[in-house]
Amino acid sequence: MIQVEQLSKYYGARAAIRNLSFRIEAGEVVGFLGLNGAGKTTTLRILGCVLLPTSGTVRLDGQDLLTAPRQLKARIGFLPETPPLYEDMTVGEYLAFVAGLRAVEPGRIRGRVTETEERTGLAALDDERISTLSHGYRQRVGVAQALVHAPDVLLLDEPANGLDPVQNVEMRALIRSLRGDHTVLVSSHILPEIAQTCDRLLVVRDGELVAQGSEAELEERLGLGSGVELEVGGPVEAVAAALRALPGVRAVTVQPVAGGRSVLRVDAPDALRPALAQVALAAGAQLFRLDVSADRLESLFLKLAGRGLSA
Amino acid sequence: MSPILLIARRELRGYLRTMTGWIIAASVLVIDGLLFNAFAMEGSRRSTEVLTRFFYFASGPAMVAAIFLAMRLFAEERQLGTLPLLYASPVRDRDIVLGKFLGALAFLSGLTLATAYMPLLILVHGHISVGHLLAGYLGLLLLGAASLGLGTLGSSLARSQVIAAIVGAALLVSMLVAWLLASVTEPPFSALFAAIALHNAHFPPFQSGQVHLRDVAYYLLVTWVALFATTRVLEARRWR
Repeated sequence: MIQVEQLSKYYGARAAIRNLSFRIEAGEVVGFLGLNGAGKTTTLRILGCVLLPTSGTVRLDGQDLLTAPRQLKARIGFLPETPPLYEDMTVGEYLAFVAGLRAVEPGRIRGRVTETEERTGLAALDDERISTLSHGYRQRVGVAQALVHAPDVLLLDEPANGLDPVQNVEMRALIRSLRGDHTVLVSSHILPEIAQTCDRLLVVRDGELVAQGSEAELEERLGLGSGVELEVGGPVEAVAAALRALPGVRAVTVQPVAGGRSVLRVDAPDALRPALAQVALAAGAQLFRLDVSADRLESLFLKLAGRGLSA
Repeated sequence: MSPILLIARRELRGYLRTMTGWIIAASVLVIDGLLFNAFAMEGSRRSTEVLTRFFYFASGPAMVAAIFLAMRLFAEERQLGTLPLLYASPVRDRDIVLGKFLGALAFLSGLTLATAYMPLLILVHGHISVGHLLAGYLGLLLLGAASLGLGTLGSSLARSQVIAAIVGAALLVSMLVAWLLASVTEPPFSALFAAIALHNAHFPPFQSGQVHLRDVAYYLLVTWVALFATTRVLEARRWR
């Protein structure tokens, strides 16, 4: 649905993005991952028709976004890095204003505003002035303005920027709920955050696309996929011994944590996760947690952002 | 509602809901009232002369108010990061400029018309024609629109409202003092500078109750050129 080909943007002699090419299918939620300054914001601003590229094309359903922007702009919702909010307006007025700008029919505006407010958890704040809202709610209003005209494509630039953990979880749930109804491209420089939300990742480094694929595909290509953590209680050493005996397990390290529990870091393929749980339970462990090692996500991100791959 | 009217309405509400708009309005009304009492009414004059002097003295605050009203139009959007909202919407750049300009012009017009109690006092207590009154206000609105256009251009060029006001004022003063250049240059430049002077050549007929098509066309042209240049500035920003 969105096809980006050889997109470049230069500021003077400096390239913000270089020959970026990728494709996003309708209904996909795709993460745009990279360190600060990697070119995520520039790309999203071009896709959002805010900025013009130096060269390259962007097509939405085969139509060139750069030569026929007005018709296509109504099909795109864009949340910039800083939510574009008019502080003197109430949430309802602001969303109605944006809906009007985005060519929603006058008779449908109130309905769209109400629907969007309900979806983004802003229904109780319709009459609230934007200047009085907390950072988290401002971010939600930012997402709401991108959604209010029911666009086909949603571009979200760091939507979880500055949110507290609870707000972060809510924002992830909101983005996940958009899957299917909208094609979503969401940027972030935090891999765990984006990995939980997106079907696929596009990784940029120094303005170039260095990798794309699902989290599992990227891990496999990088030779990762071998870090699993189990938080257990009970006979820890016996459990560790049982896990070491399991074919496919390369190493197990034990780290005691609070409450008489221990974290076992198991170097084993992802496919062994069910077997690891069974073996641990059979060895008498009380299993409190089993998930991908945080170290593993971190090393994946560092490998992607720090060293580069061929796309 | 068209995007132009939508943006104009938002701008107008912005002036009405923030202190800036009310402070500018109050300042202009106070200054106009003081100038009217101190200078227009001084001595013993004919009603027509008092009205002519009222329009002369009201033109200064109108120009200054236009610059202060215009300074926020784009500079504030850049400061707050709200310009991408307009850029990302299916609205032409010229409609954005026009909408913002019309919102500010509506406020300036309301503010200018709020001074009408002074000429109305002359109308009640003296002998002036309604035509003179209407011509004077038409002149004030056209001069205000042209000043607002220059201020809008200044606002599009600046990142902060203070710089926007300075740039707008510099453009305005440059056009105001063009008549000085006319007096020290040779033809054809002297004629050119005399013709482009914002106040000296084109406002006096209005303040005397005369409406000349060339003066109306001049103010409309200045406004159009300023707004056209503003549109070009906005378009150029999409490359940066």
